[in-house]
Amino acid sequence: MKNKSLVSINDYTKEEQLRVLELAREFEKNPVQTILQDYVVASLFFEPSTRTRLSFESAVNRLGGKVIGFSEASNTSVKKGESLRDTILTIANYSDLIVMRNPIEGSARFASEISPVPIINAGDGANQHPTQTLLDLYSILKTQETLDNLHVAFVGDLKYGRTVHSLVIALCNFNTTFHLVSPLELKLPSSVKMHIKEKNLTYHQYTDMEEVIPNADVLYMTRIQRERFSDPLEYERIKNSYNLHHDMIINTKDNFRVLHPLPRVSEIDINVDSSPKAYYFEQALNGVYVRQALMALILGLH
Amino acid sequence: MNEKIKELKVSAIENGTVIDHIPSHAVFQVIRILKLDSFDNMVLFATNLESKKYGTKGLIKVSSKFFLPEELNKIALVAPHASIIEIRDFRVSSKKIVETPDHVNGIVKCFNPNCVTNIEQVTTRFTVVEKEDLRLKCHFCEKITRRSNMEFK
Repeated sequence: MKNKSLVSINDYTKEEQLRVLELAREFEKNPVQTILQDYVVASLFFEPSTRTRLSFESAVNRLGGKVIGFSEASNTSVKKGESLRDTILTIANYSDLIVMRNPIEGSARFASEISPVPIINAGDGANQHPTQTLLDLYSILKTQETLDNLHVAFVGDLKYGRTVHSLVIALCNFNTTFHLVSPLELKLPSSVKMHIKEKNLTYHQYTDMEEVIPNADVLYMTRIQRERFSDPLEYERIKNSYNLHHDMIINTKDNFRVLHPLPRVSEIDINVDSSPKAYYFEQALNGVYVRQALMALILGLH
Repeated sequence: MNEKIKELKVSAIENGTVIDHIPSHAVFQVIRILKLDSFDNMVLFATNLESKKYGTKGLIKVSSKFFLPEELNKIALVAPHASIIEIRDFRVSSKKIVETPDHVNGIVKCFNPNCVTNIEQVTTRFTVVEKEDLRLKCHFCEKITRRSNMEFK
């Protein structure tokens, strides 16, 4: 995996993905090291992000590496009209690895093909966000002690949620049974369902979340975004139909956990947070270990 | 017999390539894809000809030019049933049907306005994921362009 850019989750085989998760366990045990002390990682965020950017930068800092970069494009030469090609070729001179978030879809693939240093895609518009997928897999593995044969329920905006698309595709390698809960207008696209069908796995579709909760191992909640609706009343109606409250998770399996890529708005009530089955903040912490593992592998340090 | 008379609505060529069974609306797209608009030899074309099979059809004759299969297969994107007839000395020397290619580079625009190929100077690249009901998957943004929203660069 040395020098191998990560743009889409499928760029890595199942074995390579598992290798990252295995190594993430090592970093979780020992997150403060000096293996990156001779390395510079460029963190290029062309649009704002809290969790992804800070967890990458935290991952680098805890391993003794240096971070250069920017957290928004407005005070860079991109504002002066510089092309992405020129920006990447320039910054590759100053760094050993580039982490990039860019709202233009396909920008990460393009960058990975012109850059002399490896690229990690930290989100390219609505397309891919593979490190989120890896940390989701790691969170499932940690809480369930396996990735195989699980019942995973996805709730919310399954149409536009890129984290859902990538995680569904990744879980197709693990004989998952999918429970897909969404309003009719936000169903999982057929291009993603195609992956489930190719592996002959089972999926069920629902519009009501209550019936899936008792049988689920993992409940993966997502945010429904206001801008997806032309009718604001419709948004209010739908938003309120997917709210998770503490009393809804009382009669769940012992291994049941609630995941959410965050940020949340109102889809998980704060009264769920104190439950031992709420896992979303640990999930965000797992992002640091997974990103440490990924960078160590790409830089050839493991 | 009827077919013969129709063929003669466009003059015969001595040597070259006849592209037949082009959908009428696609004749000009085929001309662009094969870059015949900047071609120096004689090019004859006709459109809205009667066709028993398709209702109407278009036809292009290119004098003194034989194309490579990969050049011709590009036109399958707009003319999936086109037949390619090579003429030598006024006689048909070979006849074949175009085949939809597995990969398409550069000719088609990605329909996604937020794709890097529509913003940066990048040559488009697609994998053909469905040949009959044409679906092109963008190598960059991974979105699917269909025949109904296909535009040419």
